[in-house]
Amino acid sequence: MSDLNTSMVEQYRNNFLKEVEANVEGGTWVKMCMQCGVCSGSCPLGPAWEHPPQELFMMIRAGKREEVLKSESMWMCTSCYNCIVRCPRELPITHIMHGLANYAHRLGLAPKMNPTRRFAKMFWNNLVKSGRVNEIELSVGLYFMDGFKTGVARAWAMKDIGLGMLKTGRLNPFGFLTHKGCKDKRGIHRMLKKAREIEDRRKGLAA
Amino acid sequence: MTDMKIGAYVCQGCGLGERLDTKALTMVAQKEGKAHVVREHEFLCNSQGVAMIQKDIDEGVNRVVIGACSRRAKAEAFTFENVAVARVNLREQVIWSQPPTDEARELTQEMAADYIRMGCAEAKKIVAPTPNAAHGTNKRILVVGGGVTGMTAALESARAGYEVLLVEKAPALGGYMASLYKRVPSREPFADPQPTDIEALVAAVSKDPKITVHLNSRTTRTSGAPGQFSVDITAESGPTRTENVGAIVMATGFTPYDASRLPEFGYGKSPNILDQAGLEALARSAAAKGEPMRRPSDGKEVQSVAFIQCAGQRDASGTHLKYCSGHCCNTSMKQAMYFKAQNPNIDTAIIYTDLRTPGNGEDFYRSAQTKGVIFTKGKVQSVAVNGDGSASVHFHDLILDDKAAVMKDVDLVVLATGQVPNSGVNIDIPPDATDVPVTEAGKVQSVSVLNLTYRQGPDVPQLKYGFTDSHFICFPYETRRTGIYTAGPVRRPMDITQAVEDATGAALKAIQAVENAGLGRAAHPRSGDLSFPTFRREGCTQCKRCTVECPFGAIDEDEQRYPQFNEGRCRRCGTCMGACPVRVISFENYSVDSVGSQIKAVDVPDEFSEKPRILLLACENDAYPALDMAGVSGHTSSAFVRTIPVRCLGSVNMIWITDALNSGYDGVMLMGCKHGDDYQCHFVKGSELASYRMSKIDDTLQNLNLEKDRVRVLEVAISDIARVPQFINEYAEKIQEIGMSPFKGF
Amino acid sequence: MARKEYSFYPGCSSERLTSASNYMVSVESMCKKLDVQLNEIPDWNCCGASIGYAEGGELPRHVMNARNLAISEQVNKGQDVVATCAACWLGAKETKDRLAHDSDLLAETNEALREAGMNLQYKGEQEVRHMVEVLIEDLGYDELKKPVVKPLEGIKFAGYVGCQTNRPFGIAGESFENPKYLDKLVEIVGGEPVEKYDQKVTCCGGALAFSEPEKSQAQIKKIIESAYDHGADMIVTPCPVCQMNVEVYQGQINKRYGTKFNIPVTYYSQLMTVAYGGTAKEAGLNGQIIRAQRLEEIAAKR
Repeated sequence: MSDLNTSMVEQYRNNFLKEVEANVEGGTWVKMCMQCGVCSGSCPLGPAWEHPPQELFMMIRAGKREEVLKSESMWMCTSCYNCIVRCPRELPITHIMHGLANYAHRLGLAPKMNPTRRFAKMFWNNLVKSGRVNEIELSVGLYFMDGFKTGVARAWAMKDIGLGMLKTGRLNPFGFLTHKGCKDKRGIHRMLKKAREIEDRRKGLAA
Repeated sequence: MTDMKIGAYVCQGCGLGERLDTKALTMVAQKEGKAHVVREHEFLCNSQGVAMIQKDIDEGVNRVVIGACSRRAKAEAFTFENVAVARVNLREQVIWSQPPTDEARELTQEMAADYIRMGCAEAKKIVAPTPNAAHGTNKRILVVGGGVTGMTAALESARAGYEVLLVEKAPALGGYMASLYKRVPSREPFADPQPTDIEALVAAVSKDPKITVHLNSRTTRTSGAPGQFSVDITAESGPTRTENVGAIVMATGFTPYDASRLPEFGYGKSPNILDQAGLEALARSAAAKGEPMRRPSDGKEVQSVAFIQCAGQRDASGTHLKYCSGHCCNTSMKQAMYFKAQNPNIDTAIIYTDLRTPGNGEDFYRSAQTKGVIFTKGKVQSVAVNGDGSASVHFHDLILDDKAAVMKDVDLVVLATGQVPNSGVNIDIPPDATDVPVTEAGKVQSVSVLNLTYRQGPDVPQLKYGFTDSHFICFPYETRRTGIYTAGPVRRPMDITQAVEDATGAALKAIQAVENAGLGRAAHPRSGDLSFPTFRREGCTQCKRCTVECPFGAIDEDEQRYPQFNEGRCRRCGTCMGACPVRVISFENYSVDSVGSQIKAVDVPDEFSEKPRILLLACENDAYPALDMAGVSGHTSSAFVRTIPVRCLGSVNMIWITDALNSGYDGVMLMGCKHGDDYQCHFVKGSELASYRMSKIDDTLQNLNLEKDRVRVLEVAISDIARVPQFINEYAEKIQEIGMSPFKGF
Repeated sequence: MARKEYSFYPGCSSERLTSASNYMVSVESMCKKLDVQLNEIPDWNCCGASIGYAEGGELPRHVMNARNLAISEQVNKGQDVVATCAACWLGAKETKDRLAHDSDLLAETNEALREAGMNLQYKGEQEVRHMVEVLIEDLGYDELKKPVVKPLEGIKFAGYVGCQTNRPFGIAGESFENPKYLDKLVEIVGGEPVEKYDQKVTCCGGALAFSEPEKSQAQIKKIIESAYDHGADMIVTPCPVCQMNVEVYQGQINKRYGTKFNIPVTYYSQLMTVAYGGTAKEAGLNGQIIRAQRLEEIAAKR
């Protein structure tokens, strides 16, 4: 695993909960879960989670670091916020799931081939490039992320949708060329670089 | 006795005048009921109506029949000094229980006429009760137990102006609470352990001039009744003194469940495995020395603690306590906070199956989580003791369903064992019994607390698991011994806050008891009742059923083995009257005869009339009010039913049933309260005894060559307002189906 | 001067030739009819959307939103920020909420913001509102009813609220489990709301429609099926992701499940534009992949 991961293991020894509290968005809330399971029962993709949020919280408290960070579970979050509004203890569960996924991703422990992880990365990079999302570039990128051949097949499967979007003026076929994005691209890039720096410094993630 | 002179009055208010021919009813009272004076009035309960009755009384009427609303309404208006009153419920259970149609008019009128007949019959058999002459007037209150419960009860009683005797078996006041380092918080924000302040409570009790404290002492003999108890107080290696008191509060608390019965959790194998009491001692001694808490085995500063909830509790296997002791989750959180206060980096884990935090415990729970106490939902299988003195806790993680979960290298393990009540001898287990279940045997106490001289045994009856019996909804502090009130964990498992509340309630009940006793009146639930049972000695066969069945141990035996009624202990339920096979027990205003003559007064039409008659004996505490409210709510029910309220189904004498069937009733219904462990009977055992007695009715029916369905016993609650008329109608249909009784006209 | 003026944050999917460009067209027409002026935040950037979390992390996402808000504070002084997209609104609102309660995060945000041009500083002066809030809170249902000239009579609409306009912030006074505002808007424009539509707050899968198509399409199927079961002619929604997911995958769902779904999915702003007398083009109805024929008919009526 990455050096980052090794240094985190060293730093927090046996206390994964402390690590989560320090490094994961909303992590200080994990200890407040009372194990009622309302989050798990409210999740639209609940059955697809190997470990629903309630279990993840328990696993964090039990120090199951690898199992949690390597899990596909939090990558199933659709950001529907059902769990947040229903949690009787008012834990920001959606944010904690995002935070866990982000942390696992930063440490290089997140499942490499998880489609949501890959899409999320692509999405962010896409939007960062010009400050705004370039939809055509994003969708084509998504189809071809596993190479040309599978890309053609995926694009073929999606052709009806694509054509529909084109015909109704909701997709720009020339977007590769004409997408302009923000004017202050350089400023945005500098700003994001700085933000990343600050966050890494705070969480001790600076390489 | 002067000549009987009955006055019968029929009210025309509340719609009675429109729905009924009240004139005809007065004629029934006069001709059939043999009333000397009959009158109608348009508004009987107003001052003119009442004055009219009083005038007749002044002129010689000494029995009054009121044909108006339910006995539960206008009781004050229709109470006349030294005159027995029979209430005829024409409103709730006649006109309001029948449809207001022309077709229904005839049957409604017949119903009303029957009830008038019954009222007149009852009036002839009752007299206004006079107080028991032998009542006691002692108002001093004895409190047994000097813990937080007992001390609170003593202080509350003293502050209300009553003298108190406080008996404590230990050499000092304080009880279990005095052994605590701190207590679960009782004040906002419910976030941290709080000083117990027990010293202040002890000081307040000790200096109160109304409270006399006897330390190192036990109650070695208790006899008498409310207002006149006599108690022997025996000091350890000292003299015995006899004291008189009016009421008793028993606050004898609990003993922690014996943790040495939990070897699977390592108790006894290492001094680092403690019960909750052990941890309190550790925390106190560390605090006294101003040192951090250390591991008993080697003095190592504690770095990790595991708390095992429900240790030897909520045990379905039958080996340990079956119940939840209620306080232990909060207590473990409190103890975990002792460590967090010492050093926030000490790992504290509470392993629980269901976290139960009564009172304001939810805030306390949240506070514990905020402080970093870890909560793990799991069932502990075993605790292994390692060579270095640490322990490993093996458990089934119930969230992750990991059966092999382990907490390793824990410095201390604390077992949350439960509360075993100090309730004395279980009088329902014969002293020589050998087949006592294991769970019971572990807790059966052979030493009596009160040493009552009552025929039924030396201590107050227990309900379950050794906790004293009380009506859990309505009268939590009442035991089945009138004038003796239990409070605190001897009554049910509880924490300090609940025990303080309990003590206050029990003190209030004790005060009510001495005040009622002083006037020769009943305590709850017939509070203020002056009647009490008497028996006709010459008819008694000394069968002892009354002495055995009285739920309140009110009846002893005299030297000649006749029943000896202790009126002060009696709750006036009439269970003795229902039990008596030779029918020699009666009250001045309630007797086998007063009900029996009502049953016989009903006009039973012949077999071909298609008008069956169903007798309904309804408990006055729940069923009868439910019937009234059904009428109020506009539920209609069969016009063939004739209802007689009874004090308790326990007072129902079998002769009433056989008499009714013999005189041509087509069916008999009994409505009483739920019985069993979660009973709702106001007299605890009354409905259970009735159901036991009625289980034998089949033989009687067989002898009479009658169908089983001619008698039906039903459990109803006061809230069954819509169900009660439904039960009646279903039964009326059943009777139609079986057909008319063959006993009519004999 | 218009009767109401707002600082407008359109978002990536509202740009010309993007997935919700038809939403944008209808919003512009609707606002014109209601005399509401939208002043676009100059050089606004993407909100990061929810799915941005994995690569973006916490602070970069807040910084992205803070930049938009800071520009708005500088340029559109004294105006509330209004977003039409659920994700844009939620992202901006979340940032405002977090920065209001976390002074460290606020300082860090401003530290990063200094690196961007325009000499920006986020102060938290402006409210962040959704267009729906503007409609029902600032104008009110009565005002919204006044311009109706072509009531959408006889059309049954399943009001699909979805997630992010509803949770975690939601519209004031509405319940998370059964919000009513969309049904009320349908009523105001003369349509018939499907009162018992039981999937109105079900998640469509959001961004996972791309990465986990099977699981998302199972969700979408439930949403459409219930609309059909309750007799809806159309679905109406306030969210671009909801609109797209529920509309465009109907063909694939039909293939996967053997269903015959073909139900139009429209925006509330399209309904209002048509009811206010706008043309099909003004209402962006040409942007529907599944044509909203009955709306087009009403729009074509004179």
